Amino acid sequence: MSGRASGVGVGLIRKIRSAGRVAEPAGDRGERLPQAAGLAGSVQVRHVDAGSCNGCEIEIGQAFSPVYDIERYGVRLVASPRHADVLTVTGPVTVNMASALRKAYEAMPEPRLVVAIGDCAKDCGVFAGGHGVAGPVSDVVPVDAQVPGCPPEPDAIVAALRGLTGR
Amino acid sequence: MTPWLVAVAQAALLALAAPLVVGVTRAVPARLAGRAGGRIAQPWRDLCKQLRKQPTSPADASMFFVAAPAVMMATSLIVAATGPFIAATSLFGGADLIVVVGLLLLGTVALALAGLDTGTAFGGMGASRAMVIAALVEPTLLLAVFALSFRVGSTDLSRIVAAGATEPARVFTPASLLAAAALAIATLAETGRIPVDNPATHLELTMVHEAMVLEYSGRDLALVEWAAALRLSILLGLLANLFAPWGVATSLDPMWLAVGAAVFIGKVCGLAALLSAGEVWTAKLRLFRVPELLAGSFFLGLLAVLASAILA
Amino acid sequence: MNPIAAGLAATTGLAMCASVAAIGTPSRWRARVVGVLTAVSGTAGVAAGIAAVTGIGWRAELPGVLPLAGLTLDADALSGWFLVIVGAVTTVVGIYTIGYAGGDGRGPGSGTSLTVLPVFTAAMALVPVAGSVPTLLAVWELMAVASLLLVLTEHRHRAAVRSAGVWYAAMTQAGFVALLVGLLWLAAATGSVSFAGIRSAAGHLPAAVTGAVFLLCLAGFASKAGAVPLHPWLPRAHAEAPSHVSMLMSAAMVKLGVYGILRVGFDLLGGGPRWWWLVVAALGALSALYGIMQAAVAGDLKRLLAFSTSENIGLILLGIGFTGVLAHAGNTLAAGLAMTAVLLHTVNHAAFKTLLFAGAGSVVRATGTRHLDQLGGLVRPMPVTTAFVATGALAAAALPPGNGFVSEWLLLQAFLHPGQGADTALTIAAPLAVAVVALTTGVAVVTFVKAVGTGFLARPRSDCAARAVESPASMLTAMGVAAAGCVALAVVPALATPALTRVLAGLQLGGTPVNREVLGLHLAGTAASVRPLWLAVGIVAVTGTVAVTARSLGRARRRAIAWDCGDGPLTARMEYTATSFAEPLQRVFDDVLAPERDIDVTHDTESAYHVAAIRYHQQIPDRIENRLYRPVVDTVAAVGTRARALASGSVHRYLAYMLVALVVVLVAGVIR
Repeated sequence: MSGRASGVGVGLIRKIRSAGRVAEPAGDRGERLPQAAGLAGSVQVRHVDAGSCNGCEIEIGQAFSPVYDIERYGVRLVASPRHADVLTVTGPVTVNMASALRKAYEAMPEPRLVVAIGDCAKDCGVFAGGHGVAGPVSDVVPVDAQVPGCPPEPDAIVAALRGLTGR
Repeated sequence: MTPWLVAVAQAALLALAAPLVVGVTRAVPARLAGRAGGRIAQPWRDLCKQLRKQPTSPADASMFFVAAPAVMMATSLIVAATGPFIAATSLFGGADLIVVVGLLLLGTVALALAGLDTGTAFGGMGASRAMVIAALVEPTLLLAVFALSFRVGSTDLSRIVAAGATEPARVFTPASLLAAAALAIATLAETGRIPVDNPATHLELTMVHEAMVLEYSGRDLALVEWAAALRLSILLGLLANLFAPWGVATSLDPMWLAVGAAVFIGKVCGLAALLSAGEVWTAKLRLFRVPELLAGSFFLGLLAVLASAILA
Repeated sequence: MNPIAAGLAATTGLAMCASVAAIGTPSRWRARVVGVLTAVSGTAGVAAGIAAVTGIGWRAELPGVLPLAGLTLDADALSGWFLVIVGAVTTVVGIYTIGYAGGDGRGPGSGTSLTVLPVFTAAMALVPVAGSVPTLLAVWELMAVASLLLVLTEHRHRAAVRSAGVWYAAMTQAGFVALLVGLLWLAAATGSVSFAGIRSAAGHLPAAVTGAVFLLCLAGFASKAGAVPLHPWLPRAHAEAPSHVSMLMSAAMVKLGVYGILRVGFDLLGGGPRWWWLVVAALGALSALYGIMQAAVAGDLKRLLAFSTSENIGLILLGIGFTGVLAHAGNTLAAGLAMTAVLLHTVNHAAFKTLLFAGAGSVVRATGTRHLDQLGGLVRPMPVTTAFVATGALAAAALPPGNGFVSEWLLLQAFLHPGQGADTALTIAAPLAVAVVALTTGVAVVTFVKAVGTGFLARPRSDCAARAVESPASMLTAMGVAAAGCVALAVVPALATPALTRVLAGLQLGGTPVNREVLGLHLAGTAASVRPLWLAVGIVAVTGTVAVTARSLGRARRRAIAWDCGDGPLTARMEYTATSFAEPLQRVFDDVLAPERDIDVTHDTESAYHVAAIRYHQQIPDRIENRLYRPVVDTVAAVGTRARALASGSVHRYLAYMLVALVVVLVAGVIR
């Protein structure tokens, strides 16, 4: 703040703007997905827990919390697959959830994308070969992006979804 | 400048601004929660994307499901075109209060029938709740504005607004405060805001408006959400212009129209910010407590009409 | 020859031909012959009515027809207005009957039923042109008896029909007695039986006499109109009668009750004090609110429509009451406005209720059930019926651009202008009336969304609904005619203005303050106007533009199974039923409706913590009926049971009764 007069003014405005703000500056944006170009900065997400241990859900919850605040990049959770552009899936797909996952995917209007979140969604993780596990998400629905980690950090989830919104 | 042009311009302005008003109602609570929040223009991005996406119809649905979004949008657009928002001149003989309430109700009915048409439990549930709320809200809307109508002697909204702007002493009585309170509650209920309905809920059992639109996608969803945004702007605009009619253009002079448009946008955004800030401190009512609130607002409206009729 | 006379002669003549033809023709042709003749008879009635509202008066005395008094016919503009309603409904019903009664020659197609049907329509056509007390009483009773026979058409199949018949018979005869006493009293007091004579002499009667006469006539006419609390026959008779009879009763017959109140109150008695009309308005407000609340929670489609009739009659009576009050206050502008709304609403209600009952009849014919909880999914097998019913429902819910909206708009305008210097009662009553109309309209919207949404949309809830097929062409044609009437009334109501002016002039209310603008209604002396045609065209055009524009932007539509949360399939049992749809509203009006609920929980035999089955039963009784009529019915039954002891069968006893009676008469004679 070299120019005193203007510096005080700008500083004050910045201070007002950031007063009470808990959202932290985000890290890097993930790689842009060419399939997501049509979404033009708006991504509505429907989440399906296909058999996860709920570790990933806690991290996804964090991604939508005030601190990581993914909504500022145009991502919103919605209540129906009909409203969604992106299906986020966690966990190894269990036998009982396979058809539900497929139905949720089919219920989405085109264009539709799938993001597999966590190691289990990628390759069944520690549950690989377990009883009642049907396979990784890509065995049931086509996967467009993956977020590795057990569980992945909120930053990674934010980065991946920012790759879809392009913002 | 012909009245036609003004009407089209007014509809276009409201249609363009409505998603931004929704953006304001999302940005304010986000800021109060310590978030950075989405951009104010984010609802516009959502709309543009949804318009390009593929619409789906449930297998058992009929024409009612397909037609509802267009009907809802059309009724909202007609109200936006003829209402006293920027200019309180009698465009096409004016926007009649009863016609406006009827048109808004027609949109609600179209959507409720669409909800029932899907054949899902949630669709029927949302339709049932929305209609019960509408049944109690529409009379309140009518009564609240009738309190002003009695003073002006006309149900023409433009005349009421113009009379309020030029001779406030004749139009506004203490009863107007009651009417304003009744209209404010009716607006909350009609636009599906807290404490009547939570627009951000993901839990189907608590939904009202959202439950009816769960089956919509693509351009149908875009139209429904756009129309809902437009209705929010319309009702906030009516609330603002009926009870604070200053700044509304009373002639078709381009300069006054520009001023009217600017003041209108300011008023609506201000009210939207106030409304959404209030939501942060309010909990949603249990569904079966909502009628008590609405009955209360109905009686406020009735008192307002009685008071203004007796004081006349 | 006077066109009214020609039209009336054609109406009654053709109806008699139809009646005779029903006896003579084989059952295969019966419905067709009677239907066509009745329809033509109705059209002749419309022609006579139009001639009468154009201001051609007609009066005739037929001394030999009725013993003692003869028959006096007198047609003015008011007669013409109601004659048009009766005639138009008769025409539609005639066409409808061809398909509806054209089955196996039983039930509605039976010789008896089809013989009585034209008698009923002819009697109704004669009521508004009756020009003397005996004539009115005679055709009124003929109408009542004929309609009773028609209500009882299916008495062999269902016990509910017999019960409805008893209620209807008892109430219609009680109403007739009130009317008989009232009108004969009036005739005796004025010394004339003809309406012309009564009209000129009624001004000199003491207020107590006119007041008593008015109340008696109001009771008689309002019970025929189905106003609460004189309504219990109406939901029973409308629901249990065959649908073409329901159409006639709901659309035409109850309107004649309205006609009677107008004729006696405004014409014969020439207005009267304010309290008469406050009573009428209160009756109307009660009918409107109670009727629509019962309609909203009714599960039976025809019961729903019947209670909606009570509601609309309530709105009409509210308007009539305000006309009287406003005219008394000297505000002819607002009084004329209210009466204009009343007259338009009688026609509008006749049009949309004909259509809705015709639709209900088609549904009953196609599915065999009237219960909304068992219907659904009819839009696919019965698309035309569904479209027509939706048109009628739009009007009944008073939504723009339906025809019901126009008359309710006028009614609200009338309440808005109580006038400068209006007294306290009027100042308080007008906003209350606005509240009543507003609340009624709100609940009416729920009611008709329920009727259309659960009755016709989504998936069928029972096998009988799944097997439905579209109605025959004649029934669809009838519904088409009624729907065309609704549309015409919705978009060009201004065409009725000249007729309205003449009717209002006949009622000493000045002209109608509704100016005919180019395709719109503009109210003289106020700044209100509405252009229904513009509104309708606007809604259709903008909706079309929005739909086409949105379609051109996006992709092709895809059919998909409804989202079942991943665990399907969704069955019809998961749909919201009519009962569940109305449940929130029923909770809101719990104190008024007082529903009776019954929950039976059956536990497992092994453990009381496990529930094997839950049975839920709910019914919403008619509270007014239970409070007001149940004690009367019980008392009458008790007295009847006691009186049985008098008739012991012993001849000696009967001789003793006769002796006692003779002595009493002799003593009375001597004392006098």
